[in-house]
Amino acid sequence: MARFVLRRVLQSAVVLLGVTLVVFLLLQLVPGDPVRVALGTRFDPQTYEALRARAGLDQPLPVQYASYLGHALTGDLGVSFRTGQPVSRIVLERLPATLSLAVTAVVFALLVAFPLGIVAAVRSGSAVDHAARVFSQFGVSVPDFWMGIMGILLFAGVLGWLPPSGYVALTDDPGRWATHVALPAVTVGLVTASILTRFIRSSVLEVLSADYVRTAEAKGLRNRVVILRHVLRNALIPVVTVVAVQLASLLGGVIVIEVLFAWPGIGRLTFDAVQARDYPVLQGAVLLVAALFLLVNLLVDILYARLDPRITVR
Amino acid sequence: MSDRTERSEGRESVPSQRRTSDRPVLSVEDLTVTVGTRRGPAHAVAGVSWQVRAGETFALVGESGSGKSMTLLAATGLAPRAATVTGRVRLLDSELTALPDDRRRRLRGRHVGFVFQDPMTSLNPVLPVGRQVTEAAEEHLGLSRRAARDRAVELLDLVGIPSAARRVDAYPHQFSGGMRQRVVIAMALACEPDLLIADEPTTALDVTTQAQIVELVADLQQRLGTAVVWVTHDLGVVAGIADTVAVMYGGRIVEQGPVDAVFDTPTHPYTRALLAARPDPSRRGEDLVAIPGAPPSPLDLPPGCAFWPRCPVRADPRCAHELPPLTPVGDGHTVRTFYPGETP
Repeated sequence: MARFVLRRVLQSAVVLLGVTLVVFLLLQLVPGDPVRVALGTRFDPQTYEALRARAGLDQPLPVQYASYLGHALTGDLGVSFRTGQPVSRIVLERLPATLSLAVTAVVFALLVAFPLGIVAAVRSGSAVDHAARVFSQFGVSVPDFWMGIMGILLFAGVLGWLPPSGYVALTDDPGRWATHVALPAVTVGLVTASILTRFIRSSVLEVLSADYVRTAEAKGLRNRVVILRHVLRNALIPVVTVVAVQLASLLGGVIVIEVLFAWPGIGRLTFDAVQARDYPVLQGAVLLVAALFLLVNLLVDILYARLDPRITVR
Repeated sequence: MSDRTERSEGRESVPSQRRTSDRPVLSVEDLTVTVGTRRGPAHAVAGVSWQVRAGETFALVGESGSGKSMTLLAATGLAPRAATVTGRVRLLDSELTALPDDRRRRLRGRHVGFVFQDPMTSLNPVLPVGRQVTEAAEEHLGLSRRAARDRAVELLDLVGIPSAARRVDAYPHQFSGGMRQRVVIAMALACEPDLLIADEPTTALDVTTQAQIVELVADLQQRLGTAVVWVTHDLGVVAGIADTVAVMYGGRIVEQGPVDAVFDTPTHPYTRALLAARPDPSRRGEDLVAIPGAPPSPLDLPPGCAFWPRCPVRADPRCAHELPPLTPVGDGHTVRTFYPGETP
């Protein structure tokens, strides 16, 4: 197991290195000159050249990349063009907001999708099954920003139960955090729940027709035991992957939702950095998202090996 | 033997006729199974009656789709949801068809053990085999996890799995096909059932393993006195192990009787064709004999004899319109044809 983990960590490191290169090169293709943006109306050729030299932008590309990588290894991701603050600090400051939103959204999605997907499969063709299908269809086809706006209008505007936007850190005030996270988390979570409900339903349905489920029924086990011990144990193995992919993509920040709800997370940061052509911040954000994605995948691989005895860990 | 007491307690609470009476363990009377499909009702089983006594082996023979498996699934409450079952099924003292689902469930596994066709798919891939073997005993006899484990080792040993104590925690994929089928047999015997239903248990295995499994079941039956219903299309197996045989065609039994009588004096044209179609080693090099035509679709059963379109005798046009009754032709030997023993 230790060797498996070590190997997967090393693989992840290689992928991460690739990500830094792609991010670095991609930004070279983006039109717009960050130094010009930074100078704005106070442009004069001398200051321009000096700033370019200070940022190392007059160096050849490989040199720029090597220098970026060297600093990144020591945790130095450069400073923001806009504010002059260290990128690593800016990015890490935004992490708790995104993390708490993503985790809440996924937990909400699981709470909805598990019972709904399982019941829809076990009682396929029933009213619950039809309701689940309508729900998933609705969830995946209605744009999340529209759902967010409707949520704000209803719960903040008409009913006045929840604040329309804003963020309070969980560590500062859990109660107020909860009221603030509810709307964005449910908005994001509904989409995730729709995808998961469909997937869980079809996965359970497939296992229900497996021979070993008939074997379990032939043993005279209670229906509940057949479902829990035989059907779900098998049906949920592939679901783990889908949940992980959903979680990982939410950890990257949901740009539209974070902007809509003034949620100061990674998505919002990425959005602002793109607008301001704040390359170091953008690079830092993308790097962090990629690292989180790799981490989640690593954990899923380990979890998989534990859930399915047929997977041998070498 | 820490589990002995618990098991005998479990047995006392349920009446068992085993080895004490001549009454059938399972009797099926005029069973029909109709499965609703998109293309209309499919008459999978169209009225069959048979019984099996303690210590006896009853073989149900027929081509794929003749209704053999469905008869057993329906009799024990395992038929698919879309199926409508009528008729009477008695297991020991219980009228199964009259019982609510939950009561019927409690008899399954406890008094009836099942061995299914494909051991590669009939075991749960993510549960250790030992656990799967004794699940039924935990449910029906209230065995503790600890006692169940000991019992699992005992059962795996009984069915001839080497170093059972070590392999009890292994997963199905760590066993070969033949060994998996032994696990399934151990599982079926976990509660020492009065009846063992083996649904083509050797079809998915290679020939040498087939012989071993047949031998194992025959041996266990002798030792435990279990009644066995053996579903198969392998007439060689039937001749070797069965006491009574019923030949099914198009959802009905066309010939039924003591195995010697049916094999020595096959009376229904279908049974004769089936026996003639067996590969004969003394006629090596010749073409195998096949029955021309195909079995009828359960969606469109003919009103008369289902075998009529393929029948080599075809003595009478009324065969096509009128269902021949089951007629006795010998001691316990019955046949469903107007022209028993007729040759073309």
